[in-house]
Amino acid sequence: MRLKGKKVIAIGERDGVPGPAIAECVRSAGSETVLVTTQCYV
Amino acid sequence: MGRPVIRAVFNILAHAPDLVRYGSKPSRELAKDPALLAAITERLRTYPEAVAYPPHQVFIGNLRPWALETIPRPWHEHAVSLAGAGPFGEIVSEAEFYGWLKLADGFDLVALKESYARELTRPAGVSGTPAATVEALIEKEGALPLWVGERLVGCVRPGHEEDPTLAAPSLLENLAAKATGALALSRLFQSTGVDPTSVDYLIGCGEEAVGDRYQRGGGNLAKAIGELAGCSNATGADLKAFCCSPVHALVFAAAAIQAGLFRQVVVIGGGSLAKLGMKFRGHLAKGLPVLEDVLGAVAILVGEDGDGPVIRLDTVGRHPIGAGSSPQAIVEALVATPLDRHGLKITDIDRYALELHNPDITEPAGNGDVPLNNYRTLGALAVLRGEITREELPEFVKRHGMPGFSPTQGHIPAAVPFVGHARELIEAGELRRVMLVAKGSLFLGRMTNLMDGMSVLITGDA
Repeated sequence: MRLKGKKVIAIGERDGVPGPAIAECVRSAGSETVLVTTQCYV
Repeated sequence: MGRPVIRAVFNILAHAPDLVRYGSKPSRELAKDPALLAAITERLRTYPEAVAYPPHQVFIGNLRPWALETIPRPWHEHAVSLAGAGPFGEIVSEAEFYGWLKLADGFDLVALKESYARELTRPAGVSGTPAATVEALIEKEGALPLWVGERLVGCVRPGHEEDPTLAAPSLLENLAAKATGALALSRLFQSTGVDPTSVDYLIGCGEEAVGDRYQRGGGNLAKAIGELAGCSNATGADLKAFCCSPVHALVFAAAAIQAGLFRQVVVIGGGSLAKLGMKFRGHLAKGLPVLEDVLGAVAILVGEDGDGPVIRLDTVGRHPIGAGSSPQAIVEALVATPLDRHGLKITDIDRYALELHNPDITEPAGNGDVPLNNYRTLGALAVLRGEITREELPEFVKRHGMPGFSPTQGHIPAAVPFVGHARELIEAGELRRVMLVAKGSLFLGRMTNLMDGMSVLITGDA
């Protein structure tokens, strides 16, 4: 997956990988996160 | 000033299939499509089915959590023949729950028809209202009907004509939390012989907002529960930390006792009506019954010295604000940091109680196996620290973790359903160290993006 230069919506899961953690990863790959949320359905 | 010990635990599951329609998700979906009610009601379980459901038997202590490993999934297809009462818990019927709902009400908000109230044997002394009055309240005041199947048995009135905080659905949620909390606490006193008047303080750890339009989250449901359970010498407060509340509450109960401030503190969390039927769509789609039909409640009595595992205030894990939200950062803060203080390895803890949501409930809805995810994350940290190899991860999960068995009710599955088991096993010398680890989804309130977490060790030795 080529993320450099792309815009990303990061939807994380509380008991999986939270949104901010996904955002950090994709930021380090050179992309811009436009929306970050974490879901918790429990 | 003594050591804080867990003196007693009582877990309640109040079967409430006729309240599923008032859970947050079902009520919103029913408002869009009222015809859905038939689809839901035909998949509701009976009380005997709820009693025979293996995860419920674990919740009340008749089965150990790891017994579920030998029962094929989905567990609802493998009923077990065990009693509705266990060594530290009970599955109570909807009728008994409705009775407690009425007892919990001091403002004439709950009206049960006279004919129905007369039928209730437990609890005793439940007063009834003429049927015509109940029907008029529903028709003219917008009271919320209470059903047993197709039979209208009562209603819950709004608490105020204009205040949305005191609307009937919110009051029903709060009364359900109060009633189930008081049920759990009363059964704790009855089953142990502990005098309710010996309790000094109650810490509420539920997530309902108790208040009115000027103070929506005012709180202190703990004191209301204590009043209903006969704790006339106690006061209390609610500790609000989303799902993490119970572990925060246990730590502060222990701290109060160790400091000599109080001698007996109750930690009490009632059931979450808002979460009934939360995943009903997934269950119906997969041909399952509506599994989220019980209100869970946990009562824990923390005392000074005496029999019971010690709450180790020297081994508390926190999730500091600056700690970061990756799963690794969270588990490092909550588990590795407190253990490193004592030179303990992750593998030195016999059992971890993490998030204990029943996977029968979560998997059909696409939310995976929450306990398994959490135990794998913990095991991955043990791999990173060189304590186990990657290949040993599944065995680590089996040895130090457990299958989930709790209703999906926020604070209820957050480590504390295992405390009753831990107490028995530690007292029997079968376990030595158990760590309770809970997380809280603070971001849900839109005030912060932070996660929260808290952990504490309980042990059988000094």
